[in-house]
Amino acid sequence: MSEARAQASRVGQRNRDWYIDKAVEIIVFIGGISAIIFIVGIFVFITKEGLGFLADTFDFKEFFFSPNWRPTSEANPTYGILALMAGTASVTGLAMLVAIPFSLGAAIYVAEFATGKTREALKVLVELLAAIPSVVWGFIGLSIMNPLIIDLFNVPIGLTVLNAGIILGLMAAPIMTSIAEDALKAVPDRYREAAEAMGATRWQVIFKVVLPAAKNGLLGAVLLGVGRGFGETMAVLMATGHAINIPTSVFDSVRALTATIAAELGETANGSDHYQALFTIGIFLFIITFLINLSADLIVRGVRKG
Amino acid sequence: MNMTKSILMLASAGVLVVACSGGDERQVIQNKGSDTLVNVAQAWAEGYQTVDPNVIVAVSGGGSGTGIAALINGTVDIANASRAMKQKEVDLAKSSGQNPVQHIVGYDALAVFLHKDNPITQMSVEQLAEIYGENGATTTWTDLGVEVPGCQDQQIVVVSRQNNSGTYAYFREAVLGKEREFKLGTRDMHGSKDVVDIVEKTPCAIGYSGLAYANDHVNMACIGGEGDCVNPSVATASDGSYAIARPLFMYTNGEPAGAIKEYMDWIMSDTGQCVILEKGYAPAKSVTCS
Repeated sequence: MSEARAQASRVGQRNRDWYIDKAVEIIVFIGGISAIIFIVGIFVFITKEGLGFLADTFDFKEFFFSPNWRPTSEANPTYGILALMAGTASVTGLAMLVAIPFSLGAAIYVAEFATGKTREALKVLVELLAAIPSVVWGFIGLSIMNPLIIDLFNVPIGLTVLNAGIILGLMAAPIMTSIAEDALKAVPDRYREAAEAMGATRWQVIFKVVLPAAKNGLLGAVLLGVGRGFGETMAVLMATGHAINIPTSVFDSVRALTATIAAELGETANGSDHYQALFTIGIFLFIITFLINLSADLIVRGVRKG
Repeated sequence: MNMTKSILMLASAGVLVVACSGGDERQVIQNKGSDTLVNVAQAWAEGYQTVDPNVIVAVSGGGSGTGIAALINGTVDIANASRAMKQKEVDLAKSSGQNPVQHIVGYDALAVFLHKDNPITQMSVEQLAEIYGENGATTTWTDLGVEVPGCQDQQIVVVSRQNNSGTYAYFREAVLGKEREFKLGTRDMHGSKDVVDIVEKTPCAIGYSGLAYANDHVNMACIGGEGDCVNPSVATASDGSYAIARPLFMYTNGEPAGAIKEYMDWIMSDTGQCVILEKGYAPAKSVTCS
């Protein structure tokens, strides 16, 4: 009897519950697709702003193959991003040389060796490292690394590829560590057990069995690190020296694509060629990071395997 | 970035309006532009509060180009600029119905900064052009006949500004001439203070910035020929004897009238001109300040 009444009242409330249910569904749906809406919106916005330049002034050969970035020249403005691309690439490349051994070592240690409290503490610390704002990293590059590099290597100035590469490597390492650790954890324990049963040492288990099995995940981690390197702005602006230069050694100052946008956009008249050229760099960066992240994602999912 | 700045400016103006809405009619003057002038403009705006509390001057920076662009778009009453408007900009303003009128409100000497250990005390404009200009022959301090202690290989570390700053544009015009470009590979700092900071820490460096940014940890070169060079100072900037001193401008839309005229007149008065002197720039006319 009471059960029947409860059921009846539930039926009575069905309308309200149904509306709540629908509302929640819609909110969650909007939340879910908002990322797509934003990404499309951003792409449309930067394309719209850069379009005038792409249509009128853009010269493919000059843009990609000339180091002359002189957008405010009175006589003859030139828009070549070769040196800027070289700057971004050299800094990111060096950053990966720094970050890969660090993050791989940390991931192997956390995933395979550390236990209990050490493991938990390490994980928290790695996440904490990822939370340091990039302007703080840039400040470290400017005020600590700069004099250190001058003293250690006897070079005229410490704001160089080396400085920014190390800073960026340390910035990218935490996220790479997290992803690499996940990849190692995803290797089933039976692989390890089987290898150990056959008399393999721990070393051999890791290098011959676990790392090859986690290959795709590790590659994905590296690619995400590369994406981070390409997109990073503030720290590279402060640590590279911001000089238009194709580097011939790690002791050269360079300038990154992102840093150029950050330094120049604020003082550029809306709609001018210079403004639109900066947005064209933005489109280029967007496409590059999109491709890197996409391939990282595909590799992590192991699509390549199939 | 521009967007954020203007939103911030609007917001702060809004707060001011709300905060003061108790009294009579308040008038807000929008003032925007040069980062070189922003500290002075702020000081003027604050000082003017005591003169006419009914007028609120909302000041924001963003650079000479930003201020001029805002004047062209008709969104500011007064634009600050550390360079003169280009003919192209004047034409653009006229075609959109604005009539920019130029007012020189002061002068700024661009000092050439050197590290404390650098033995050079005097430099000519030609020497600067060879250091900063495209295809310039001077790349080491040895080329200038000196040896800088603590500077590896005697390589000159050339420090400049980002390419849309008024300071950069004026230095190019005054030192390199209209046609010549800067060398590629200069370290382009984002702000006058950054230039001084990096010169302070780098024995090999040379940089330029407004005199107001000078401090005791860097040297300033005497500009001109040997024996008849001129030191950068407020006095040598006002009398025109220092070679790389530039006028600082405010632009209004049409001849100023009403509250804007009163504000501009106050800026050009002895009180207003003493404010700019106090901030380390040369006044537009000779004044005696306490």
